[in-house]
Amino acid sequence: MIRSHHLPLMVTLATFVLAYALCGMQYPSMFSTRVVANLLTDNAFLGIVAVGMTFVILSGGIDLSVGSVIAFSGVFLAVILRDTAIHPLAAFVLVLCITTAFGASMGALIHYLEMPPFIVTLAGMFLARGAAYVLSTDSVPIDHAFYDVLKDIYWKAPSGGRFRLIGGLMIVTFVVAGLVLHRTRFGQNVYALGGGAATARLMGVPLAGTTIGIYAVSGGLAGLAGIVFSLYTSAGYSLATVGVELDAIAAVVIGGTLLSGGYGFVAGTFFGILIMGLIQTYIVFDGSLSSWWTKIVIGGLLFAFILLQKGLTWATTTRRKTATGFATQS
Amino acid sequence: MTDDPRPMLHARGVSKFFPGAVALDDVELKLYPGEVHALLGENGAGKSTLIKCLTGVYRRDGGVITLDGADIAPHSTLDSQKLGIGTVYQEVNLLPNLTVAENLFLGRQPTRLGLLARRRMVTEAREVLADYGLDIDPAEPLTSYSVAVQQVVAIARAVEMSGKVLILDEPTASLDRDEVQLLFSVIRTLKARGLAVVFITHFLDQVFDISDRATILRNGRVVGTRLLDGVSQTDIVTLMLGRQLEARVHDRAPRTLGDLLIEVDGLAKSGMLDPASLRIHKGEVVGLAGLLGSGRTETANLIFGAVPADQGRILREGHEIRVTNPREAVAQGFALCPEDRKTDGIVGDLSVRDNIVLALQARQGWWRPIPRAKVTEIAEHYVKALDIRLASLDMPIRLLSGGNQQKALLARWLATAPDFLILDEPTRGIDVGAHAEIIALIESLREQGMALLVASSELEELVAYSTRVIVLRDRRQVSELTGDAISTSNIIHAIADEPIQEAS
Ligand SMILES: Nc1ncnc2c1ncn2[C@@H]1O[C@H](COP(=O)(O)OP(=O)(O)OP(=O)(O)O)[C@@H](O)[C@H]1O
Ligand SMILES: [Mg+2]
Repeated sequence: MIRSHHLPLMVTLATFVLAYALCGMQYPSMFSTRVVANLLTDNAFLGIVAVGMTFVILSGGIDLSVGSVIAFSGVFLAVILRDTAIHPLAAFVLVLCITTAFGASMGALIHYLEMPPFIVTLAGMFLARGAAYVLSTDSVPIDHAFYDVLKDIYWKAPSGGRFRLIGGLMIVTFVVAGLVLHRTRFGQNVYALGGGAATARLMGVPLAGTTIGIYAVSGGLAGLAGIVFSLYTSAGYSLATVGVELDAIAAVVIGGTLLSGGYGFVAGTFFGILIMGLIQTYIVFDGSLSSWWTKIVIGGLLFAFILLQKGLTWATTTRRKTATGFATQS
Repeated sequence: MTDDPRPMLHARGVSKFFPGAVALDDVELKLYPGEVHALLGENGAGKSTLIKCLTGVYRRDGGVITLDGADIAPHSTLDSQKLGIGTVYQEVNLLPNLTVAENLFLGRQPTRLGLLARRRMVTEAREVLADYGLDIDPAEPLTSYSVAVQQVVAIARAVEMSGKVLILDEPTASLDRDEVQLLFSVIRTLKARGLAVVFITHFLDQVFDISDRATILRNGRVVGTRLLDGVSQTDIVTLMLGRQLEARVHDRAPRTLGDLLIEVDGLAKSGMLDPASLRIHKGEVVGLAGLLGSGRTETANLIFGAVPADQGRILREGHEIRVTNPREAVAQGFALCPEDRKTDGIVGDLSVRDNIVLALQARQGWWRPIPRAKVTEIAEHYVKALDIRLASLDMPIRLLSGGNQQKALLARWLATAPDFLILDEPTRGIDVGAHAEIIALIESLREQGMALLVASSELEELVAYSTRVIVLRDRRQVSELTGDAISTSNIIHAIADEPIQEAS
């Protein structure tokens, strides 16, 4: 049964289908598996980080640090693989531990010091970016046999598209996140927090654990996105992925999640990512359009979705059913 | 019961200080298993604060709490829930973005293989709610149901949580008689099961109906604990107020009606209210009676333009006026004090002062600010007139006690000096003393020539101040009582669709 809070998700889905159909009518080759595969591969790191952002925004917060954390993870991996003999897998685990702990400590600051997430994660953003600079200011190439092995893992579709590991990783992330959000107590607590922290507290939601957990998830996924990004670019560069946090926020909002928290689905974020990737692909296909058009279209979409959400909130509050539902109404 | 050597919960010497106020001072509360214990006191006496100290929402500044003989020190609602203390707090208790079932089970959802069993959650929720006479779809969002249903869900949630103690802070404020009776039957079952139940309310009838003992607070101190069998309502009220509540003799002397002020002609909105017509004169109080969901609030909202009507018209002194939104209504000299202060009323973080002048300032226009001194004068006047208890005018209104917030909201609309005042449940959550004052206030406003439309579920109250009562049923006006025909029994008959008895 479709409920009003499912509507933004439906709209996102419809937008994607419509946009894809229009693109495909103009350039039939956009329907090819190659384009689909590239869409997934190119947006893998953004998708993963947007999943973390979905947790944060659902809880009514924001995480501005993720772009810097991705850059930091990339540089960290590049430097550690260049300077030590450590196995990449061990390095991955190390990166995930560091970034998760980083996110968790931001969450702790937000909860215990009652500071706005905006400020705390802004500080985190500078901190992570600074740490990346400290490690190296140049782009450090990653040249490791294991990286080549990972990059060679792909599934070739009959018509030629190569579905690579990192695209698959993104999809797995989305599926797991969906399960966590909808089918675990932690996930329910995330929604509860977004519905109102004061009420959630009076209902017995463990605010400290949930807040710390949410930012730990976001930090950890930013770390995972950093690993994926380093696989994607085979390098670590401290100036990379500037502003990716804003792309992630845009994807979440286009995906139908309410910026003030409480309402939304991780599936929406997936289509948000695909819509943004689609616009980019279209511009590449067109060839004559400036890539700035991507930003303009995304800006327009954002406005449209925010208006839609306002409208929906308005419609549900004024047209609230007053049915009492008491069986014994005499 | 009282000879049981060990209380279920025993709080001693509980104190709580807020900046500028001593909310609790050396309070003792003893709850025995299998008793319903009423906690009584005026608005701002410290009832809610005591509950919050017991359940770990506030850190108490002193005192010892034992549960079942063991010392406890809960630091959060979660802790107290784990200890078997379920609580319905006075504030909003549920989350609007979750479904009914999710709200009911938040924190203790049934799981299978580590994942939530959503379907089972819905079936179980349906079973639980059936015990409360609710036949609703728990998979629907909470907000698709009325405040009364939400309140019952909150109570059901607390009951499910409480293994030892159940605390209810004004749970019946938005419930109808029948619903209250259902709640009481649930409470009686819990009592038989040996739970200790704390019940806070301003309805003394309900206190005597369900409670065994009562502890009375005044200004943060316990002024007495009484077995309710041996005392009268008057004793309790005297303890609460620290003085006698003088009985008001209600005279039914003929009242001089002023000119016709407002005429509502066939105002309706499909699905909300069937065409309603009414005429209100200056110096008249028209009461709206009916069960919850009968269309009382809807009538008020349509007339005020809070919800645009889809047919009908409103005339003011014979001229048709346009009232499609509250701003136009305010410009016409209308005012509406809404039923649900939590969602439609107060701006929690704004100071009491600013909350009181909000409507007046809005009518003047934001570009013509009211001078600060004037604002303070207005605010002080109403704080005094309505006896609003506060530490300072600058404190955020959300820190006031529930009943005092309600009074501040009333002050906001009185400050606009309206010609036509609509009050929706003006005495909800207000203590007996202030209750009488508000009724007196309505009388005096009427005498000054104001036209009032008052929706209320308290029939005695309606009878006390109405010059005419309109009875609604199923979103329709079913009858109108005037003069001596206005009596509680006649209103009940009209609501229940039985023949009206002649005034005796
Ligand atoms: N957080 C706070 N900061 C400052 N003062 C507070 C705070 N919370 C409550 N108070 C004050 O403590 C007093 C007791 O409030 P409380 O809410 O316990 O009253 P109550 O007995 O529940 O009244 P009501 O019947 O109106 O609900 C009030 O004067 C209130 O203004
Ligand atoms: Mg209270």
